[in-house]
Amino acid sequence: MVLALVLVILAVGSVIFHIWTPWYSTPIASNWGSIDFAIDITFWITGVAYVIILVFMAWCIYKYRYRPDRRADYEPENHRLEWWLTGITSVGVIGLLTPGLLAWNDFVTVPKDALQYEVVGKQWGWNFRLPGKDGKLGTTKIKFISDDNPFGINPKDPNGKDDVLIEDDDLHLPLGVPIKMNLRSLDVLHNFYVPQFRAKMDLVPGMITFFWLEPTRTGTFDILCAELCGLGHHAMRGTVVVDDKTAFNKWLQQQETFATLYPKAAAGDTQLADNIKGPEKTKTVLSSREISSKKLVH
Amino acid sequence: MSNGAIEDTQVIPAAEIEEVELYHAHSFITKWVFSQDAKIIAIQYSTTAILIGLVGLVLSWLMRLQLGYPDTFSFIDPESYLQYVTMHGMIMVVYLLTALFLGGFGNYLIPLMVGARDMVFPYLNMLSFWTYLLATLILTASFFVPGGATGAGWTLYPPQAISEGTPGINGGIILMLVSLTFFIIGFTMGGLNYVVTVLQARTRGMSLMRMPLTVWGIFVATILALLAFPALLVASIMMTFDKLLGTSFFMPEMLIQGEIGPNENGSPLLFQHLFWFFGHPEVYIVALPAFGVVSDIISTHARKNIFGYRMMVWAIVGIGGLSFIVWAHHMYVSGMNPYFGFFFATTTLIIAVPTALKLYNWVFTLYKGNIHLTIPMLFCVAFILTFLNGGITGLFLGNVVVDIPLSDTMFVVAHFHMVMGIAPVLVIFAAIYHWFPLMSGRFLNEFWGQVHFWVTFLGSYLVYFPMHYLGFVGVPRRYYEIGETSFVPESAATLNEFITIMVLIVGVAQIIFIINIIMSIFNGKLAGKNPWKATTLEWQTETTPPGHGNFGKELPICYRWAYEYSPPGVKTDFVPQNLAPDKIK
Repeated sequence: MVLALVLVILAVGSVIFHIWTPWYSTPIASNWGSIDFAIDITFWITGVAYVIILVFMAWCIYKYRYRPDRRADYEPENHRLEWWLTGITSVGVIGLLTPGLLAWNDFVTVPKDALQYEVVGKQWGWNFRLPGKDGKLGTTKIKFISDDNPFGINPKDPNGKDDVLIEDDDLHLPLGVPIKMNLRSLDVLHNFYVPQFRAKMDLVPGMITFFWLEPTRTGTFDILCAELCGLGHHAMRGTVVVDDKTAFNKWLQQQETFATLYPKAAAGDTQLADNIKGPEKTKTVLSSREISSKKLVH
Repeated sequence: MSNGAIEDTQVIPAAEIEEVELYHAHSFITKWVFSQDAKIIAIQYSTTAILIGLVGLVLSWLMRLQLGYPDTFSFIDPESYLQYVTMHGMIMVVYLLTALFLGGFGNYLIPLMVGARDMVFPYLNMLSFWTYLLATLILTASFFVPGGATGAGWTLYPPQAISEGTPGINGGIILMLVSLTFFIIGFTMGGLNYVVTVLQARTRGMSLMRMPLTVWGIFVATILALLAFPALLVASIMMTFDKLLGTSFFMPEMLIQGEIGPNENGSPLLFQHLFWFFGHPEVYIVALPAFGVVSDIISTHARKNIFGYRMMVWAIVGIGGLSFIVWAHHMYVSGMNPYFGFFFATTTLIIAVPTALKLYNWVFTLYKGNIHLTIPMLFCVAFILTFLNGGITGLFLGNVVVDIPLSDTMFVVAHFHMVMGIAPVLVIFAAIYHWFPLMSGRFLNEFWGQVHFWVTFLGSYLVYFPMHYLGFVGVPRRYYEIGETSFVPESAATLNEFITIMVLIVGVAQIIFIINIIMSIFNGKLAGKNPWKATTLEWQTETTPPGHGNFGKELPICYRWAYEYSPPGVKTDFVPQNLAPDKIK
């Protein structure tokens, strides 16, 4: 009796909690409303199943509780019922999968006209790189990294010269334009996570990963790291500001390029590039130790 | 044969194998310490697993103290916090759950339930336990080496698991990898035993389709483990090489503390594939034995046959097979080729169908039963609810696009604790309350059992249900503290405090449970023979607890399936598997 009641209370209570919870998704700020839609469908389908199953189980426990004069039914199998249950469950699963995979198809299809931006993660902070007028980012390699070239841009790649370098953790994005975020880690795994964008992806050293989005409202949002990256993981923060076109362009104008910030490296000083091979030649290239201590102490 | 196992009550002649003389121990040491008796080994396995599990429990308290009361405990810094998280996870998943279900329940129940005198390779079985103990000791030692235990997260992802900036990158991670290697070696010896015993040592009449679902669950889980653990073994060895010999299996070109490191062309993603090729089947290595045990306990205490036995067997086998082609659903945000998402989301949601069917069948076993709400039954009902909840959130995370916002948040933490933390643990409790009278001849204390049940069941629901919503807010997992953000409301701190208090209370209930076990061994109410009136062979032994060699002079003969409860036309409400047809009243 008590158990049956508790089951019903948990089922109904969970639904009530879900409706009234003070803790739920932040208002969305990107084009990924289809993800929120898939979540809503999943809540509906699974929520109904949850309540039905629990209430039915509670009823069974109450109705068929032990009585010395009762004898349990003997029914090893019931193929009709088993097929019905299989069918209903399959329909539910298809109902979940269809909106999910349709949205995923959009997620993996980057629009051809998407801007190519780059997020650079390192223990424990964020940098960013935006293409110049050519719309293309220069290629990079870890071995090009030095005091004169903290992003490791290939000095021989002409596409890299006009790349805009953001050397702090403050990124601006233009409103209403599809953007492909190319993700690059200089050390361990990280994950570029802005809760309001819904999309996120790991940064993996040795490869360029990506996702795309289209910011749908202006505002300032937190960037968090969502893949464990060591002691400063929880303190690896940044901000992303979504601007309208004019504000964004104004901000962009103020940023400096590879060629202006690091003229020596950008000029293709190959000797400089060739020199950087072993660790001994590149003492404290990125002051990640300073970043970490600064952030950890608050 | 439309009604399956119920009709064929006559003996199926099994291959007659001459009984092999058992190893008989004579000294105290060979009987109780270096024992070759599966029942003793089971208790050794279980005791070790529960002891290391208690360490895992205390670690969870420490990490919850930090999350509930940040800036309060000076001895918890980011370093120790990450060590708690990592060691808690690895201990609970591998050293507690895997060892307890397979090494503990597997050893105790397989020979008894299939009607064998012991495991087929008793000496190997003994080695299996001692290797497991060694692995556990190595793991424990890692807390005490300079730099402490590894804080890489239980997934041990390189490069950070072996790079500067992560706790325990010297002794800690190496001892972890070595310990895992020993664990797998030990498990392989035991696992071969379980599989071969099921295939080779069943008594006369015990066809595969008459085996209790407990044996089916453990049997298939062991096969999964034998196929999945090698991937982890390989990954552990390769990472040890990367760390000690400077190879680059998983280490790409990268900066190490701001300086260019020596490695080239290694693949961090390769490790993740290997880890989850093991890691996903691992979920079912824990879940399948739990499924089996729950089926048997529900059926016994509801006095009703398990509903849809054959479907239950095929669901176990099907889930086992499918569990090998879903692993990359743990890697949707890993940067792998995004087109994988279509495949892995589909396979993952397909696996929900047989899993849901199992759950329906448990509920339909209760339907029209005659339900005794004993402590084991209470825990089984709690399991169904918890597992249903955890299974449902699995449908969120398995559906690739829904996983994207939720991945690496507290939603994931809540999900896997429900589905493979709390749910299997509830089954372990059900199983201990159920089989304790067989192992000791005494019941566990009923009152403290009730206390233990209600606190554990409701407490853990209150811990994990609201935790999902922190994930929706966007609180990432493995965070020492969330700090200041523009999107996490202040009330989240109150929720964290509440969760921490509940965790402490639930933890105390486990201490009560342990005390109950110790007290009941000596003072528990005497249970007598077959107190639950169960049909399966382990309850039909000459003595309770079963002695060396399990059965009397003659091995039992199995005449029917394991679920002959309340059959029509029979006076009693159960017919044991070994009761000859002419003796049924």
